Amino acid sequence: MAVFDLALCTLILLAALAAVAGPGLFRAVVFFVVYGVLIALAWVRLGAPDVALAEAAIGAGLTGVLLLGAVGRLSRAGADEPLTSRIDWPVALAAGLVGAMLVWAVLSLAPGPGLAPAVAEILPQTGVENPVTAVLLNLRAWDTLLESVVLLAALIGLWPLARGGAWQAAAGPVHHALPDGVLAGFGRLLPPVALLVGVYLVWAGAYQPGGAFQGGTVLAAAGVLCVMAGLVRAPGMAAPLWRLALVAGPGLFLALGVAGMAFGGFLLFPTALAKGMILAIEMVLTLSIAVTLALMVLGPPEGGGAQ
Amino acid sequence: MTLDLLRLLLTIALTGAGLVFYVAGTLGLLRFPDTFSRLHALTKADNLGLGLLALGLAFQAPGWAEVAKLALIWLLALLAAGTVAQLVARAALGRGAR
Repeated sequence: MAVFDLALCTLILLAALAAVAGPGLFRAVVFFVVYGVLIALAWVRLGAPDVALAEAAIGAGLTGVLLLGAVGRLSRAGADEPLTSRIDWPVALAAGLVGAMLVWAVLSLAPGPGLAPAVAEILPQTGVENPVTAVLLNLRAWDTLLESVVLLAALIGLWPLARGGAWQAAAGPVHHALPDGVLAGFGRLLPPVALLVGVYLVWAGAYQPGGAFQGGTVLAAAGVLCVMAGLVRAPGMAAPLWRLALVAGPGLFLALGVAGMAFGGFLLFPTALAKGMILAIEMVLTLSIAVTLALMVLGPPEGGGAQ
Repeated sequence: MTLDLLRLLLTIALTGAGLVFYVAGTLGLLRFPDTFSRLHALTKADNLGLGLLALGLAFQAPGWAEVAKLALIWLLALLAAGTVAQLVARAALGRGAR
């Protein structure tokens, strides 16, 4: 396997180099996605399938789609390609400095099992069997709560980009899919499978790799596909039910966190209730993440038919 | 023991054959002159290549559930590749490619 690992590391470095050094924005994004997929493979090799799933779904998939959308928007707006093959020395210096610090940090890590034994010891009290989920939704619930709020903030930051008159219109550009075309057929076939996979990923997160972010990304992709295929109209930003879906996850998380104060502190889940509380948060958070990500990919309204 | 050896040989033969299709498809992508023949090379070769890889790996699967998952992955990739090929071809046509 040493040969495989060496080849993987080489490919990662080459893909990263091609993403930052090559000419052309589209090319850079394509190599960024390739880089993300290779990184996901590297996480699998390191025995971290949870991180691999997140990287593949969010790092390569979602970020790649967002970047592709940005490139498309730029070229539609007639913007000049700002990226040349010329090296931007201040940026290169800053990136090199950060890289050197990361190498130094990795080299100075004390060899040992890390925090795994400590988590394994406390695992029976967390209410879940997957140590990664235990850390994300119980031991370090703060981080996950703030992450879900950051996601919401990013979407709110996107909305003001809507053109003046289009504020009430459906999110995203106007889609022109043929009603009986290939995309419409694909859009009818895939969502049931995606729904199954998304819900499975969330449910499995309690005892094996998976979770709200990974499941939510799959569900968001199914939703975006339905909109692009012309099967479903994108929601408008003013629709109250959709806004409720956006804030339900972080809201419930926050509410249960406050409820934890009755048991000793903010975000402290009592062992007897932890499983139910974490499951409830995961379910509702998945819905919120799915809607947030889908609306983020669709982008601000561009004057399509209102919902 | 002999059954294990047989399964190993089948895996090696099938994944090997799958890789040949991947190489052929990649060569087509790099060497063919226009979008449509490139798509033709890529989708045909990759679909068959992935099918052979999945079939080869199925002989190493610990149970039927894993075989079913491999089959599902192949079917989904098949469906996605076919759809995307159509969409890319239509976009190329719209942009005035031959």
